[in-house]
Amino acid sequence: MGDVSVAAQARPVAIGPVTLRRHQVVGLFYIVLAAIMAVLAGGGVSAGASSTFDLNASGVAVQLPKLIVPSAGTAYVLSGLCAFVGAIQLVRGFGTRNGIAIGAVAFLAVAVFLVWAASGRSMNIVGVLQATVQRATPITLAGLSGVLCERAGVVNIAIEGMLLTGAFVAAVAGSAFGPWIGIAAAALSGGGLALVLAVLAIRYRVDQIIAGTIINIFALGITSFLSARVLTDVPELNNPDRLQPIAIPVLNDIPIVGPILFANNVFVYSMFILVGVLHFGLFHTRWGLRVRAVGEHPRAADTVGINVLGTRYRNVFLGGLIAGVGGASLVIGASGRFDREMTAGRGFIGLAAMIFGGWAPVGAFLASLVFGFADSLQARLSVLNVPIPSELLLMVPYLVTILVVAGLVGRARAPAADGRPYEKE
Amino acid sequence: MTEPTTPPPAAEPTAPPATAAPAQAPASAPPPGPATRLARVLGSLVVPILAIVSGLFIGALVIVFSDREIVGLLGRDPLAGLGAAVDSVSRAYGALLTGSIGDPGRIADALASGDARSFERAFRPISESLVRATPLIFAGLAVALGFRSGLFNIGAEGQLYLGAIFAVFVGFTLTGLPWFIHLPLTVLAGFLGGAVWGFIPGILKARTGAHEVIVTIMLNYVAYRLLDLLLKNQPFQRAGSANPISKIIEESAEMPQLIAGLRVTWWFPLALLTAAGVSWLLFHSTRGFEFRAVGLNPGAARYAGIRIGRTLVLTMMISGALAGLAGASVMIADEGTLTPGFSPGYGFDAIAIALLGRSRPLGVVAAAILFGILRAGATPMQAATQIPIDLVVVVQSFIVMFIAAPALVRTIYRIRTPRVSGTEVFSKGWGT
Repeated sequence: MGDVSVAAQARPVAIGPVTLRRHQVVGLFYIVLAAIMAVLAGGGVSAGASSTFDLNASGVAVQLPKLIVPSAGTAYVLSGLCAFVGAIQLVRGFGTRNGIAIGAVAFLAVAVFLVWAASGRSMNIVGVLQATVQRATPITLAGLSGVLCERAGVVNIAIEGMLLTGAFVAAVAGSAFGPWIGIAAAALSGGGLALVLAVLAIRYRVDQIIAGTIINIFALGITSFLSARVLTDVPELNNPDRLQPIAIPVLNDIPIVGPILFANNVFVYSMFILVGVLHFGLFHTRWGLRVRAVGEHPRAADTVGINVLGTRYRNVFLGGLIAGVGGASLVIGASGRFDREMTAGRGFIGLAAMIFGGWAPVGAFLASLVFGFADSLQARLSVLNVPIPSELLLMVPYLVTILVVAGLVGRARAPAADGRPYEKE
Repeated sequence: MTEPTTPPPAAEPTAPPATAAPAQAPASAPPPGPATRLARVLGSLVVPILAIVSGLFIGALVIVFSDREIVGLLGRDPLAGLGAAVDSVSRAYGALLTGSIGDPGRIADALASGDARSFERAFRPISESLVRATPLIFAGLAVALGFRSGLFNIGAEGQLYLGAIFAVFVGFTLTGLPWFIHLPLTVLAGFLGGAVWGFIPGILKARTGAHEVIVTIMLNYVAYRLLDLLLKNQPFQRAGSANPISKIIEESAEMPQLIAGLRVTWWFPLALLTAAGVSWLLFHSTRGFEFRAVGLNPGAARYAGIRIGRTLVLTMMISGALAGLAGASVMIADEGTLTPGFSPGYGFDAIAIALLGRSRPLGVVAAAILFGILRAGATPMQAATQIPIDLVVVVQSFIVMFIAAPALVRTIYRIRTPRVSGTEVFSKGWGT
């Protein structure tokens, strides 16, 4: 896979009589993007308008001054910076630091967009970032579930169904026995579906994407069926207590960072911990080495005495537990009730985050933040009455996913035995 | 054209397509005579039939155990509870059958009397089943075609939306055309709309290696939002309506009814014709040979000079176009207006149908009619017994599970395992 994309990068593009190298095409693209941003954002705001960014979360002690910038001027400056990056790219390229250039351009584009959207209004940036972390939580948990399964060589496309089932079970068990039992039951329901996936994929060697799709269809059907048949009759079963945010003393008072990272609910904290634990576990322990061996070369792993099928069963089950908790976070951590099809593709977005993050826990988390940001920004913009149809904003997370998968999957490499059943000889 | 940038997928020695029927005789067997061929056809039906029976049985369990009264009764008085359970299930499945196939007595009476009204009433359930089956045939063919080239098109639902959007647009904007021009244009628009939505994952896969599963799923969500957006704005929204509902298509764009008084239209024979066309394309044309070659062994196909990238794009476009026809077939009928959620998940049923039909056009038609019956019967079942229509989805998921894991059915029913070698894998993870 990788060698082909390198070949594609080196291929010159002929535009009329001029032949351009790939980095020059990208440079031109950046410059055109800068021009578009300058015209749309710089010219699109009324003269003399300013954009206000509130840097304070609600109810914190230390108040920071609001950041007020002239809309048009700032947009022009940021677009100019973008054009500057494009010029360097055009002249000599960034070589190995290409990723940083892409990141800088993306950051500038988002900044210009924010300046335009906040023109004549006040936008609470800390609020957006706070929501980013919260909305990234189920996506990260889905991504971590994917990392665990795929590092052991099992493609788990059923995460969506596990999230949905987890959400349903969390709502019912949480209403009946309290939030903690709700979370535990949700985790077990995800684990149960994961065992079905594992048996189908490992024991019966069903194609893993088909097995996952079957579980997704089943989860969609059974949760819709039960919510229509049971929850509409007994609404008390769809009213679990929500877990409130717990502010961590002292850390919580740090301006900007404090409210974003240290005033969250249990799901967010456990996600942070899980990202760290899985990163350490996968890359710095004997367990992780074995898991990765099973995912890369099961025959070799088997030869040295690693139990390939056992490792796969265990990892898929663990992945299911995590996905179940992710589903619970949607109900007990956020909405407080179950709704039909409420996951809205977050499981799949989590898979995309896993791919974007290079099958690594930290990468998956960072990628989830991108999706969380897109999601929280669209929610904030629709509140602010920004003149963009809300449907277009709602498309953004999905479009970002497509861009990410199209742009990066070629460079990231999946575990070599991902998706292939293993048969002992 | 430059060389297609499709990666050479790693040579995969043990990768027959998912559709290779495990019940098939080994390749070394002598050429079958008529008797053995019949036996083989019957043999290949055993697993699907057992899968359907098992799926319905599990559906019955779901009905029983989601009913608090029956569960309570089972605890207090098992025998009475069992009676109530059997009664509840037979009422539900009875309503499902009379709602989808009809009441045999009524059909006999109608045929005897020859009265038009009673004829309509007697055959309405079958007509409804065929109405439901029509988009399922198109969408099932779409997914099956993808499977044959090793592509998993989960995006039939989104492609179906785009087909419906395009078809309705042509249906209400062009006015004053005779039907024999307008109707084909509308059908063509549906075809193109789906093809456009199928082109995107195709080109992304060919050029960047983006896995079609993720891209098509995301495009489904984009299609839902797109429809919501269009229905709230001109030119789609119906004048004077505050609801998200489209203008009505012109009468000249409507597909005529097959039999006066029944809702089933000429779309149904058109769907059968399309199935025949897909069968010809796949098994008797050069292009179809290339599709299947890429699906069976991309490495070998590349060596043989087949352009994999172009084949992938073309397959996704045709697959999308077929799904687009499914959307058009829902729209270009008697109602002719677009509303959000006009499809009860036809595109997802299509995956189950393609698997159940083993990606063969004839199998797809049979499976689509079965699912049409389930879908058409579910609504009257809900009306008569308050059992939510989502039961059908649960039943479907089990049917497909038993189909996809034939070894599971053989284990449950203790059928002797035929000698097959290799494993059923056709998707090879994200990288390839």
